[in-house]
Amino acid sequence: MSLLAASSLASVTSVSSFTSAPSFTSAATTTSTGEAVQFWILGTVAVVGALCTILMKKAVHSALCLAATMIVLAVFYLANGAYFLGVVQIVVYTGAIMMLFLFVVMLVGVTAADSLKETLKGQRWWAAACGLGFGVLLIGGIGNASLTSFTGLGQANAGGNVEGLAALIFTRYVFAFEITGALLITASVGAMLLTHRERTERAKTQREMAEERVRKGTQLPPLPAPGVYARHNAVDIAGLLPDGTPSELTVNKTLKDRGQIRDVSNEAIADLKALEQRSSERLGREDEEAKR
Amino acid sequence: MENLIALLIAAPLLGAAVLLCGGRRLDRVGHWLGTLLAAASFVIGVVLFGDMLGKSGEGRSLHQHLFSWIPVEGFQADVAFQLDQLSMTFVLLITGVGTLIHIYSIGYMEHDERRRRFFGYLNLFLAAMLLLVLADNYLLLYMGWEGVGLASYLLIGFWQHKPSAATAAKKAFLVNRVGDMGLSIAIMLMFTTFGTFAFGPVLSSTGDATEGKLTAIGLMLLLAACGKSAQVPLQSWLGDAMEGPTPVSALIHAATMVTAGVYLITRSGAIFNAAPDAQLVVVVVGAVTLLFGAIVGCAKDDIKKALAGSTMSQIGYMILAAGLGPIGYVFAIMHLVTHGFFKAGLFLGAGSVMHGMNDEVDMRKYGGLRKYMPVTFVTFGLGYLAIIGFPGLSGFFSKDKIIEAAFAKGGTEGWILGAVTLLGAAITAFYMTRVMLLTFFGEKRWQPDDNGHEPHPHESPKSMTIPMVILAFGSVFAGGFFSIGDRFLHWLEPVTGHSHGNPPVSATTVTTATVVVLVIGVAIAWFMYGRKPVPVAAPRGSLLTRAARRDLLQDDFNHVVLVRGGEHLTRSLVYVDHTLVDGVVNGTAASFGGLSGRLRKLQNGYARTYAVSMFGGTAVLIAATLLMRAV
Amino acid sequence: MNPVNYLYLASLLFTIGAAGVLIRRNAIVVFMCIELMLNACNLAFVAFSRMHGNLDGQIIAFFTMVVAAAEVVVGLAIIVSLFRSRHSASVDDASLMKL
Repeated sequence: MSLLAASSLASVTSVSSFTSAPSFTSAATTTSTGEAVQFWILGTVAVVGALCTILMKKAVHSALCLAATMIVLAVFYLANGAYFLGVVQIVVYTGAIMMLFLFVVMLVGVTAADSLKETLKGQRWWAAACGLGFGVLLIGGIGNASLTSFTGLGQANAGGNVEGLAALIFTRYVFAFEITGALLITASVGAMLLTHRERTERAKTQREMAEERVRKGTQLPPLPAPGVYARHNAVDIAGLLPDGTPSELTVNKTLKDRGQIRDVSNEAIADLKALEQRSSERLGREDEEAKR
Repeated sequence: MENLIALLIAAPLLGAAVLLCGGRRLDRVGHWLGTLLAAASFVIGVVLFGDMLGKSGEGRSLHQHLFSWIPVEGFQADVAFQLDQLSMTFVLLITGVGTLIHIYSIGYMEHDERRRRFFGYLNLFLAAMLLLVLADNYLLLYMGWEGVGLASYLLIGFWQHKPSAATAAKKAFLVNRVGDMGLSIAIMLMFTTFGTFAFGPVLSSTGDATEGKLTAIGLMLLLAACGKSAQVPLQSWLGDAMEGPTPVSALIHAATMVTAGVYLITRSGAIFNAAPDAQLVVVVVGAVTLLFGAIVGCAKDDIKKALAGSTMSQIGYMILAAGLGPIGYVFAIMHLVTHGFFKAGLFLGAGSVMHGMNDEVDMRKYGGLRKYMPVTFVTFGLGYLAIIGFPGLSGFFSKDKIIEAAFAKGGTEGWILGAVTLLGAAITAFYMTRVMLLTFFGEKRWQPDDNGHEPHPHESPKSMTIPMVILAFGSVFAGGFFSIGDRFLHWLEPVTGHSHGNPPVSATTVTTATVVVLVIGVAIAWFMYGRKPVPVAAPRGSLLTRAARRDLLQDDFNHVVLVRGGEHLTRSLVYVDHTLVDGVVNGTAASFGGLSGRLRKLQNGYARTYAVSMFGGTAVLIAATLLMRAV
Repeated sequence: MNPVNYLYLASLLFTIGAAGVLIRRNAIVVFMCIELMLNACNLAFVAFSRMHGNLDGQIIAFFTMVVAAAEVVVGLAIIVSLFRSRHSASVDDASLMKL
C-alpha cells in the first residue's frame, strides 16, 4: 500500500508539473509516461479488484477488494488533478463507507445468499449478454468520440484545487450543496428510523427471566462451556460428554451454522486410549490384566 | 266553442275507463252507458258542425290547446286539437256510425257475457280514433294511431277462446306494427327536417325541404297508411280480422279505422304534393290493392271475408284517389264517407244474416234468405246497389268521381289508372252480385249443423235493424246529397285544395263507361250464380280462384319471404354472432389471457430479473443513440 | 497515453459493477457493486473535468459522493431491517410481489 501511495504521489507531481507548463491554451494530447505506466499498472489492479468484488464468495472479501479498487481510484483522482476528491475518496469512501459495509457484514453474518450458485433460470446468461453488450457499446461509443486532445487542469487549479472547488461550491453550486446537506440529514434520520425497534412491552427484569427459565425447565443450569474434557478450550471446539461424544450445546450457534466446529472427539478418544496404555505400562498393570 | 273539442274525446274515453275499470256491477247498464257516451260524442260533434256551418272561410278551423305535453327546449309536443272541415267530416262519420254500431251491438252481443267489456273496447276505439283525427300534430296523431291499433287488437281477439281469433289479433297487431314503424320514422324525419311536427308549420313549410327528404317522409307515411288501411304489401291482416265480432268488422275494419291511412295521406297532402315520386308510389299501391282486394273478394265463400276483400278494394280506390293529389283528395274523402255508410250497412247486414243462421258464414249454405229476412234483405240490397255504383246511389257518385279523377291524371298514367279503376268497378259489380245472389236468392241450401240444429232464419231485433235502416238511408242519399252542387267539394276544398286536372275524356263518357262495366259485371255474376243452382261444396275452381281463396297467396308469400327469410336471417345472424362476434370477443379475451400468462412469467418478483431488463433497456437505448448518430 | 483511457477504465468498472448487481444475491454485495458503479462514474467525471479544463466535473463527483453516502446509510439500514424480519440478506427472498 505504501508503495502504491508513493508512486501515486510521484505521478501527482509529474501531472502538476506537466499541467503547469507555460502554454495553458494549447491543448495537450498525451500525458506523461509516468502517468501512463501508473495507469496501466493500477488500472489492472482496479479491474482485478472489481472482478474480485463480484466473484468472491464471502462478503468480507468482496468488501476488501472493493476497498482496494477505491484506493486505486483515489490515486487516479489525484493523478487527474482532483486532489481534494482523491483525499475525500480515501477518507470518506474507503475509510467511512467501506467500514460501514464491514459493520453490516458482521451484523448480518453469513447467509445462504453468499452462494454463487445461480437460482434464477437464465439470469446469468442474460446478465452476461447485457453486460457484454453494454460494455461493448459504451467502449465503442467512447472510442467513436473524437477526444484526441485535452485541456488539462493547469489553469483551473492555478489557485489551488481546494480553493477552486470551494469557489464553485459556494457560488454556482450553493443550492445543490445545501440540498445535499439536507439530504444527508434526512438520510441519517431515515437510517435511525429504519433500524429503530420500538419496544412494545416492558423489558423483563432479571428475576422474571429466571422464573421463566425455571418454569420452562429445558436448560436450567448454564450451557456447558466449549472444550470441556477436550484437549483445547477454543470456542470452536465442542465440549465432550463423558462418553467422549461432542455436545452441540457447547458451541455458538453461528459457528455451527457456518460449519466451523472442529470435532476433536475421535482425537480425544484416541488420546485417552494412548494415555491409558501408557499409564498401564508404567504402572505394570499388564501382568494384572494378564492374570485377570 | 273550441273548448268542446276535448269533450268529443273525453266522452268515450270516460266510457272506456268506467266500463273497463268498473267491474261486474256495471254489467247491467254497461252497454247503455257506452252507447250513451258515444251518442253524446255524436251530439257534441253535431253541435260543433252546426257552429262550423255558421262560420265561413278561415274561421271554420277551430283550435284547442289543452296542455303542453313534452315541453323540452327545441322539442315542443302539445296536446292540442284542430277541428277543420276534414276532421269534422271524420268526427261525424266516426261518432255517427259508431253510435249506430253501438246500438246494433246491444242486440248483437246480447248473449255474450263479456258485453260490458266489449262496449268498453268500442268506446276506447272511438276515443282513440277521435284523437287521431283531431290531433293538431303528428305525435298526438301517432298516439291515436296506436290507440286504434290497440283497440283493433283487443276487439279482433275479443273471442280469444278461439285460437283463430287470438292468432288473427296477433297477426293484425304485428302487421300494423310495421306500418306504425313507418309513421314513427316519418315523424322523426319531420322533426329533423322541419324542427317540429305540428301540422301547421310542417305542411306550410314543405318548400324548405329537399324533394328527397319529402319523398322519404311520404314513403314512410305511405307505409303507415298501408299498415292501417290494409294496402299491399301490408294487407294480409284484414281478412283474418273478420274473426272479430261483426260490429267490430263494420265499425273498425270497414267504416273508420282502416280509412285512417286515407286520412293520413290527405292530411299530409302538402308533403305528397311536393314529392311526386311518393305520390306515384301511393297511386300504384292503391291500384294494386284495388284489384287485389277485388279478386280476393270474388273467390271467398265466407261472407265477411268477401266483404273484407271488398273493403280492401274500396280503400284501394281511396288511396289511389289520394295519390292523385289535389285532383283526388276530395273524392277520396267523399268515397270514404259513402263507403263508411254502405260498407257498415253491408257488414251489419251480414251480421244480421249470421245472427239468424247460427253464425254460419259460408254463403254457399245460405240461399233464398230474402223471404226470411226482409229488412235485412232490403237494407243489404241498398248497400249492394250503392257499392256497385248503381246510378243515383251513393257509391255511384263517389266512385264515378274517382274514375274521372284517375283519367284526369293525364297522359299514359291517366289511361292506365282509368282502365284499372274501371276494371275494379266491373269486378266489384261481379263479386257483390255474387254475394247478393248466393245469400238472398236461389233456393235455400242450409243444412243442420254438427249438433243437428236446423237453422231457423229470422229477422233480427229492432236494435239491429234500425241502425241498418239508417245506414241504408245514408247509402242511398249521401252521395247525391254531397254531389249536387258540388257541396262536398266546396266544403272540403279549403283544407285539401282541389284542381280539375285535364281529363282526356268527358265526364259523361266516363259515367257511361262506368255504367257499362257495371252491367257487364252484374251480368257475368248472374250467368255464373243466378241461372243455375249453386253447389253447396265449393268447386275446385281455376288456378286463379284457388289462389284467390288463399288471399292470392299473401300468407304464403309472407311465410316464405318474411317468416322463413327472417328465420334464415336470424339463424345466420346467430351463426355470425356465435362464430365471428363471439370468436372475436372470446379470441381477444383468450389472446390477452394467453399473452398475460406469458407476460406474467416476466413478472417473477425477483429484483434481479427486473434489473436485467433495466440494464438491457439501457443497452438498447445506447445502441439506438449510437445508431442515430451514425445515420 | 491519452486521458480517454480513464473513460475506458470507468466504463469497464461500471459494466463489471452492473454485472455484479445482476448475478449476486447477497444484498450487501449488490450494494457494493452499486458503489462500484458510482465510483466508475466519478472517475469518468474527474477525467472529463481534466479534459475540459474546468472543475465542474469534480463538483459533480463530489456531490455524487455525498449522495452515495446518504444512499449507503439508508440502504444498509434497509438491509439490516430486512435481515431482522426475514433472517436473510438475499435479494431473491424479498420477492413477495410474485404470484
